[in-house]
Amino acid sequence: MTMANPKIIVVGGGLAGLSAVIKIAEAGGNVDLFSIVPVKRSHSVCAQGGINAAKNLKGEGDSTEQHFDDTVYGGDFIANQTPIKNMCDAAPGIIDLLDRMGVPFNRTPEGLLDFRRFGGTLYHRTAFAGATTGQQLLYALDEQVRRYESDGRVTKYEHWEFLSAVLDGNRVCRGICAMNLRTMEVRTFPCDALIIATGGIGAIFGKSTNSVVCTGSAQSALYQQGAYYANGEFIQVHPTSIPGEDKLRLMSESARGEGGRVWVPRTLHDKRDPRSIPEADRFYFLEEWFPKYGNLVPRDVATRAIHRIVYEEQLGIDGQPMVYLDLTHIDRHTLDRKLEGILEIYEKFVGDDPRIHPMKIFPGMHYTMGGLWVDFKQATSIPGIFAAGECEYQYHGSNRLGANSLLSCIFGGFTAGPEALKYAKNVAKTSVEVPSSVFEAERKRQMEINSRLTSSSGTENPFRIWRELGEIMTRNVTVTRYNKNLIATDAKLVELLERYRNINLSDKGAWANTSFIFTRQLYNMLQLARVITQGATRRDESRGAHYKPEFPERDDANFLKTTKAYFAPDADEPRFEWEMVDTSIIKPRPRRYDMAK
Amino acid sequence: MAENTVRLKIKRQDGPNAQSRWEEFEIPYKSGMNVISAMMDIAANPVTKDGKTTTPIAYDSNCLEEICGSCAMLINGKARMACSSLVKNLEQPITVEPLSKFPLVRDLAVDRNVLFENLKKVKAWVPVDGTYDLGSGPRVTPQKQEQAYPLSNCISCTICMEVCPQFNESTGFVGAATISQVALFNDHPTGAVLKEERLHALMGDGGIHECGFAQNCVESCPKGIPLTRSISRVAGQVMVQTVKDIFSR
Ligand SMILES: Cc1cc2nc3c(=O)[nH]c(=O)nc-3n(C[C@H](O)[C@H](O)[C@H](O)COP(=O)(O)OP(=O)(O)OC[C@H]3O[C@@H](n4cnc5c(N)ncnc54)[C@H](O)[C@@H]3O)c2cc1C
Repeated sequence: MTMANPKIIVVGGGLAGLSAVIKIAEAGGNVDLFSIVPVKRSHSVCAQGGINAAKNLKGEGDSTEQHFDDTVYGGDFIANQTPIKNMCDAAPGIIDLLDRMGVPFNRTPEGLLDFRRFGGTLYHRTAFAGATTGQQLLYALDEQVRRYESDGRVTKYEHWEFLSAVLDGNRVCRGICAMNLRTMEVRTFPCDALIIATGGIGAIFGKSTNSVVCTGSAQSALYQQGAYYANGEFIQVHPTSIPGEDKLRLMSESARGEGGRVWVPRTLHDKRDPRSIPEADRFYFLEEWFPKYGNLVPRDVATRAIHRIVYEEQLGIDGQPMVYLDLTHIDRHTLDRKLEGILEIYEKFVGDDPRIHPMKIFPGMHYTMGGLWVDFKQATSIPGIFAAGECEYQYHGSNRLGANSLLSCIFGGFTAGPEALKYAKNVAKTSVEVPSSVFEAERKRQMEINSRLTSSSGTENPFRIWRELGEIMTRNVTVTRYNKNLIATDAKLVELLERYRNINLSDKGAWANTSFIFTRQLYNMLQLARVITQGATRRDESRGAHYKPEFPERDDANFLKTTKAYFAPDADEPRFEWEMVDTSIIKPRPRRYDMAK
Repeated sequence: MAENTVRLKIKRQDGPNAQSRWEEFEIPYKSGMNVISAMMDIAANPVTKDGKTTTPIAYDSNCLEEICGSCAMLINGKARMACSSLVKNLEQPITVEPLSKFPLVRDLAVDRNVLFENLKKVKAWVPVDGTYDLGSGPRVTPQKQEQAYPLSNCISCTICMEVCPQFNESTGFVGAATISQVALFNDHPTGAVLKEERLHALMGDGGIHECGFAQNCVESCPKGIPLTRSISRVAGQVMVQTVKDIFSR
């Protein structure tokens, strides 16, 4: 039996969520779209650099096979290859579609799409719209969704937060439980299939390049409800971010793609103005150490090189954890045309003009390669729940290449949408037939969490617990990992969870209570932090972004495996399994960037 | 006052129907601090200048890079984005108030959904046939791209509406942001197919004729979008359309 008009819920309106919505609405389905922020304000707007597709418009002989190989190699072979191949094959068509939707991509004189080079490849493969590619792509999809909203196919629930899935007695998803962020009403919504597209987890590391709502709370809630979380330990630290009080602002890889050079003075405490330091006294360490890729080595490689310069060679600018990213040799017109948006960010938030002064940058937490485990149809391990975008783990292995995320978000959404619709049409029993007690039970469980929080009269401030969480995760679970420190971090997380029980909400109001909402997310962040930390502890090798000086080599014999974490409710902690990786197309080989591959 | 502290005067209001009040804070200054990071520090220790315990301040924010458009508010009386308002550039005490022309939610958070509704009315999209593979899009010269791109940079912050003397309940004016999107989509080779419908949407009450050319919009836009140029262009198109309508009646 197939159902004529199933109901699909999509949670998250970034690139991944909107892509899924468009496919479902286009196929005639009805969608309820939930988002914390108005979808047009989703984190995807932050992406600056661009989106990859091997369109080979520069006569370089680029191909989707090359794109596929670069992605698998860049991710250090720990990603399943079949879905990556499908994504790379679909990429040129996705760019064409975005172009048709009106994305103002940069153009060549002939009116064709222009492409730039990004890290981890030798080809010009990255399409871009000024320095605000993510904003432009998100708007194009947002406009299409608004069109379907006008037609009544899509209903938006903005300023609503997903709290949990409604699971029936067979642990099959039948709906969601969500909270209105203004009225604080907790309500359930039935659906026949659910797509989670809730983005990144930056807030677990305190300060990151992510947006404020990227807490991973939804993923964590699902993990605590029984979904597998995969490869959580692979966290990308972007080599070039601008340290700030409230967040780390990204300086896009495109700055290096357009010729930006990273350097430090050869001697510590060189007091000269950087512009007056002659070439001979500058150490372009990426170019010297990696002659083939130079400043465009992949992110994990560049990040470790900067850490080595600062912490081992003691060559940070003025002894501080900072190095120069220099664009001053490029003419102003080219900079303005290709990079204006990102240069403005530096100017606005630091106060110096990067066209005149070399920028000061340092690595910052940026992206999670890990996420909800999904199969090749984007289905999670809970029947009826699909996932797409940064919240799932599928495409980037142990290190994501620049400009591949926007692509994986759109491709993942384009896959999840139709797959969810197909599932919903064939589901044996529709959500309408599910007894209301199933919904009421979940609502009650969430209401109890709320009342525990508002009635707690302890002494702990949630924002301070959060700062401690961020500090220890950044120190011990990012660039360089030692087992001793990872074990200490997990112990600290247990302590923070303990202190969480003793929380004191200074605001117990029942209207638009943002600190209450944050405190709720904090619990989920702490639980997910344990998955990341323990996953890192277990992986005794170095691969992609995961680097352990005690185990400096990649160890395929023991660790060419996906980490799968699941929650053990009684023990209140993660448990782990391994899964074999699909290496059916390209045989794993050593990953090196000091020479051509 | 020690010079390494920051003083803020923040307008608080618990809900749409509650009374508003001012609260003053004095917190340690940190280099690079902006209005959002100051409010984050207040949240970690919500105590007023007089030592009274209070609640963290409610406000909208997300990207903190002036690209998501969330954190528009009145800072020292001026509508601007809080994330890019560096404390070192602001006179103290820094007064912070919600935008005044939108329904208040709480403290500094307001409801700006009206802009998204307006974008629906003017069909601000390119009506593609479908998402299946139809080959590449229309060719576009770099010059055309350079014209479209700035208009496409609008972050929906609604500052142009807040500062517009004509944007109020009695006119129902749609505001500069929406008109500028009409300019953008009318110029797109495929988007132009809906040009007439967009122009008709801007003709009636609250339409483009409500604009009084005060120029406040273009002066306050945090993204430097040439809003008045968009308005003039669309006004011209509306005029031509009006004449066409008369003759085709
Ligand atoms: C500064 C920066 C620059 C980047 N530049 C690039 C680039 O140039 N190229 C590239 O390929 N990638 C880039 N990336 C990565 C890329 O931007 C992200 O991975 C991608 O945008 C994630 O999209 P998404 O759709 O998965 O999630 P998001 O865009 O983060 O959207 C998540 C959505 O989920 C909603 N949500 C979250 N939790 C809940 C909940 N509990 N309930 C309801 N709704 C919820 C949010 O409101 C939002 O709508 C960059 C990332 C950063 C931080």
